[in-house]
Amino acid sequence: MPNKITFCLTVVFTLSAAVAAIRLRNPVHCALSAALAFAGLAVAFLGLDAEFIAFAQILVYVGAISILSIFAVLLTRGTEVEPTAAVFSRSWITGIAITLGTAAAILVPIFSSSILYKIAPAVASAPVQMIGTELMTHYLLPMEVMGLLLTSALIGAVVIAMSDRPEKKDDSSHPSVTRYPSAESKPATKRDLTTV
Amino acid sequence: MNSLDQIFVTLKQWLLSYVPTDFQPVGSALLSIVAIIAVFGTAFALTTILERKGLGRIQNRPGPNRVGPCGFLQPMADAVKMLTKEDIVPYAADKVLHYLAPIVLTVPIWLAFAVLPFGRNMSAIELDASIVFFFAVGSASELAVFMAGWSSHNKYSLIGAMRGIAQMISYEVPLVLSTVPVLMLSGTLNLNEIVNAQSGFSFGVGQWNVFTPWGAAGFLLFMIAATAESNRAPFDLPEGESEIIAGFLTEYSGFKYALFFLGEYLGLFAVTGLAVTLFLGGWNAPLAFLNVVPSWLWFFAKFGALIAVFIWARGTVPRLRFDQLLNFAWKFIVPLTLVNIAVAGIWYFSSDHLAYAVRWLICAGIFLGFYELLGRFLSLKRAPRTYRYAE
Repeated sequence: MPNKITFCLTVVFTLSAAVAAIRLRNPVHCALSAALAFAGLAVAFLGLDAEFIAFAQILVYVGAISILSIFAVLLTRGTEVEPTAAVFSRSWITGIAITLGTAAAILVPIFSSSILYKIAPAVASAPVQMIGTELMTHYLLPMEVMGLLLTSALIGAVVIAMSDRPEKKDDSSHPSVTRYPSAESKPATKRDLTTV
Repeated sequence: MNSLDQIFVTLKQWLLSYVPTDFQPVGSALLSIVAIIAVFGTAFALTTILERKGLGRIQNRPGPNRVGPCGFLQPMADAVKMLTKEDIVPYAADKVLHYLAPIVLTVPIWLAFAVLPFGRNMSAIELDASIVFFFAVGSASELAVFMAGWSSHNKYSLIGAMRGIAQMISYEVPLVLSTVPVLMLSGTLNLNEIVNAQSGFSFGVGQWNVFTPWGAAGFLLFMIAATAESNRAPFDLPEGESEIIAGFLTEYSGFKYALFFLGEYLGLFAVTGLAVTLFLGGWNAPLAFLNVVPSWLWFFAKFGALIAVFIWARGTVPRLRFDQLLNFAWKFIVPLTLVNIAVAGIWYFSSDHLAYAVRWLICAGIFLGFYELLGRFLSLKRAPRTYRYAE
């Protein structure tokens, strides 16, 4: 019985944090609520006796992913921006369609698989050693493919972030600078020159 | 010897025998919590006064010497001052996040102490993957630093917070990677078993990880990363008081400021405890005949020695510049930790073929050779430093 109470509390907590991550107006608050939702998921994993997954969830999602999203918000929106327009985008019908499609893509294999009819062991536990062995033998190929995918994403990000031509010494007298009408009063930065 | 060694375990069992059976798990947890908070709270107070005394000695001044004998009641005075100070929240601040940030910093760090083995049979909870737990609860501190800096609505706070996050993310990588050789060679993620793996003696000297080439290198790399991870000098850029006032702490006062201070020191204690556990043999005695000394005393002796090293480094090394800090992490420390993992692999697989001394020399040679080559490579493009304003 206490397990069920804990589970219900976790569900309520996680779902409200997730809703807050969508509905709050300030993007930084959204990112922090998402971190809360990740922590709630970790608690749910703990309830399933999946210790390692729970700790990895906190380490990766709360420690790294949410920080990354905060960085993204700060680097793109600035800190002073208070959104005044509606948060929900106008293409919500497309959004619902994509959500339902994704949910179906996940739920259909789950409900058609035999895992639902397996009897849960009395003591559910997955020692770290077993996870490691399985990852290095049985699931080696999926893991390598995922590693390759992430590495290519990383390289792609670096390529996008790299400036595409070498900087010149006397950039200040570049003739093609037309971005600022009064070039004397506002000195053009390096970034402006490279994007023109 | 045995009774003194297990005195705290026996004490806890004796106290628990007065608790009804149904409440014994809760009672056991509560007793552990009270013990950890009492011990490390006291350690916090002691460290602040000893640090100020030590820094004073290094800087050729007496340090605090007014309150109590030799100034040793200074932490009490500080606590009273912090508690009675006005708590100012800036008008423009994000009130909720400003309030939550010190809590988010301080609370998870207490959890990290739950898995540290302070002595024989003396860790609060036994977990299969306790080192993953340790790093997981520590990862919340980055969010707390960001919340503090962003919610204060102050440029210096935000700069400090961004510095803090960038620094903590960069140094978390070598911090975790430098522990990997230990985990590889002991074959477990459980801190108690890692200590047990170091409990043997060869020629009367403890088989600590730090006495192997990969252990010594890993220990040094771990200590550097730990200094940066706990925002201490010479890596105290997030607070850099001569550059950005006090960084993310600028808009905090009174008890919230004290909580940040506490959280920072607790983070330092936790990571020091981990260093003792992973590299310095945990609660094991250094020499075989010293086994009569209780195990918890050994843990806290090593712990205190490492804290003294941190204080010494703070008083000696000047603060880095931010680009130096990040270059140092990504171009130097991270490659060295990766090489150290390879060295640990060589050490493991050569154990059947080579004599101990030969193996030691080969592994140390590989690491030191790479260290030298990397250092030379990184300083290739650097011209001799020129000083524009001071010649």
